[in-house]
Amino acid sequence: MLAKRCNKLRERIVERIFSVSGAITTIAIVLIVVFLFREGFGLFGSSTIENGYSLFVNAKNDISSLSPTDTKRIFDGEITDWRDVGGKAGEIKVFRFDEIFNLYSEDAFGDNYALLPDKLAEVIDNNPTIIAFLPDKYAPKPSSVVKRLTDRRITAADFVLGTQWLPTATPSPLYGMLPLILGTLLVSLFAVILALPLGLGVAVYLSELSDNRIRRIMKPAVELLAGIPSVVYGFFGLAVLVPLVQRTFALPVGETAFSAGIVLAIMALPTIISVAEDALRSISPAMREASLALGATKWQTIYRVVIPCAKSGLLAAIVLGIGRAVGETMAVLMVSGNAAVMPHSLFESVRTIPATIAAELGEAPSDGTHYQALFMLGCILFIFTSIVSIAAEIITKKHHTSKEL
Amino acid sequence: MKREIINLKPKTQKTMKSKTTSKRIFSRMSIAFAIAMLMFVGTMSAQRIKGSDTCLPLSQKLAEQWAKTHKKSNISVTGGGSGVGISALLTGTTDIAQASRKIKFSEKEKLSNKGKQAKEVIIAYDALSVIVHPSNKVSKLTREQLEGIFTGKITNWKEVGGQDLKIVAYSRETSSGTYEFFKESVLLNKNYKTGILSMPSTGAVIQSVVQTKGAIAYVGLAYLNQKVKSLSVSYDKGKSYIVPSVQNAKNKTYPIVRPLYYYYIAKQEQAVKPFIDYVLSAEGQKTVSKLGFISIK
Repeated sequence: MLAKRCNKLRERIVERIFSVSGAITTIAIVLIVVFLFREGFGLFGSSTIENGYSLFVNAKNDISSLSPTDTKRIFDGEITDWRDVGGKAGEIKVFRFDEIFNLYSEDAFGDNYALLPDKLAEVIDNNPTIIAFLPDKYAPKPSSVVKRLTDRRITAADFVLGTQWLPTATPSPLYGMLPLILGTLLVSLFAVILALPLGLGVAVYLSELSDNRIRRIMKPAVELLAGIPSVVYGFFGLAVLVPLVQRTFALPVGETAFSAGIVLAIMALPTIISVAEDALRSISPAMREASLALGATKWQTIYRVVIPCAKSGLLAAIVLGIGRAVGETMAVLMVSGNAAVMPHSLFESVRTIPATIAAELGEAPSDGTHYQALFMLGCILFIFTSIVSIAAEIITKKHHTSKEL
Repeated sequence: MKREIINLKPKTQKTMKSKTTSKRIFSRMSIAFAIAMLMFVGTMSAQRIKGSDTCLPLSQKLAEQWAKTHKKSNISVTGGGSGVGISALLTGTTDIAQASRKIKFSEKEKLSNKGKQAKEVIIAYDALSVIVHPSNKVSKLTREQLEGIFTGKITNWKEVGGQDLKIVAYSRETSSGTYEFFKESVLLNKNYKTGILSMPSTGAVIQSVVQTKGAIAYVGLAYLNQKVKSLSVSYDKGKSYIVPSVQNAKNKTYPIVRPLYYYYIAKQEQAVKPFIDYVLSAEGQKTVSKLGFISIK
């Protein structure tokens, strides 16, 4: 009697533990997603100029606002005349805050830099064609000699349609993610195209055609591939594949989307193979035997019976493979060259979203726009993988309903 | 976990030491490891050095040698970047911030707002050298030419006296202090061209230059080897070209040289002084030269 009650109690406790762990996982996932999007959406509406800084010109200047691209080109010395951005003719003089310390000695600024704004105003007054990039804290007050350029706000269009990714450009960083998203799509699409037929082929071979001995060696070998750290794949790619690609196609650079795609395909293979193979093997032998008994050949059995039955498992393999290719970071960071340009062909360097996040998050200050832009990239990646898995879900559902009819 | 560390002080000392040894082994492992270390170190009273990855091998070696003669004191060294080190100084999670650039005006401001004052010591110098593929005929470039190449205005080696070959410029990732310094010194704060190839580590940069004919890149002097060719650089519009070498960096003729700094809070000078004195001593500076950096004397 007592033992029975004890058992019941134990069962109830175990049940509770299971439901609690389920709840915790769900909450964690939801929290992560909320956090990701909250950080990411902070980007829109931020000023295009670095946080805490503003641009100043002489009050005689007609210009009252500059686009981020124009600002960047002025500070890079590509635009040298105010006429080119719609002002009066005159050679632009670029002035960065630190230069003030070369003009005056530290003593000239007084206690706590009280005189610094006045000195800056003086510099701006003396140079009618100046553009100065100054921290707000020490900026001179707008007056008859100094004019502050109005900021613009980063819009979703700047982010999604921009073609330049220059997150550390001062004074105005450019966050155009189009080259990154296209780079990611190009590399993962190519990897998936390579890996899917190969992976599914190997899975069919292992589960249906190979004899037991080969299978016993090959399956663990394939699974071993999945255990190799991605940085090792990356180094293999950089040291072996990159020079090979470069020589074979006579390219100036070997770090291309092509090399990255091949490395990713190799990395996605073990996942695809082992999941697909498990799915195929889980089909009961009775199905195969029935098919063979009806006079179907081995190939007909595989093609018309085994594969359709294992469809949802195979789709899971495909989705996991794509996920692996899209989200892979370290290997791509090493072999793709990471050049943030709009990709025109497979034989060019590309920069992918995960590689960008990995390479840049470490140094991005946590309250800045760069940090938010990287989170926004994370959101895009999340949306992208969600679309893939939802699509897979829909396809499997469709398949099931058609079977019922 | 944290509470345990505080309660079992003698034990933690022991674990701390074993951590230091393991750190030596995994000297360049992932940031995750560094963060784990940090959490550990955060609760300790030992000396902590944090910051620039360029200074990391140097500080580690120095701390290791220091530990040999000072059995009682523990020094932990972590990387993360110059900016990370200085902001740790601000929050009090490090005693010394190692930096491969000078403290920024804004950082100095933040410190003084908290009533802290940073003291600066130059512990060594580091020279950057420009490298190309060994088969490249070009052996010298002016600063203006380098600026043209890295900002994308010069795209073919024949424009700077080489063969008809496309220039492939490699850079480091934006988080690197080396990236910032090269941009400041050679490009005069202009931006790198869009589409420059950026590599995650100095090792990867060298690997790529070795196997790419038209390649050009920049690395710390300590990383130079036989497989790549280093270029002489002129900062006076071609009047004199200087070979990158420890000697030329020391006598200040080679232009792309940066100091490496230690920053500490002025009030805590007593605590960090012995170690800094050791770093600046003849013995410490010998280690500096041995690791390929340039000693201060």
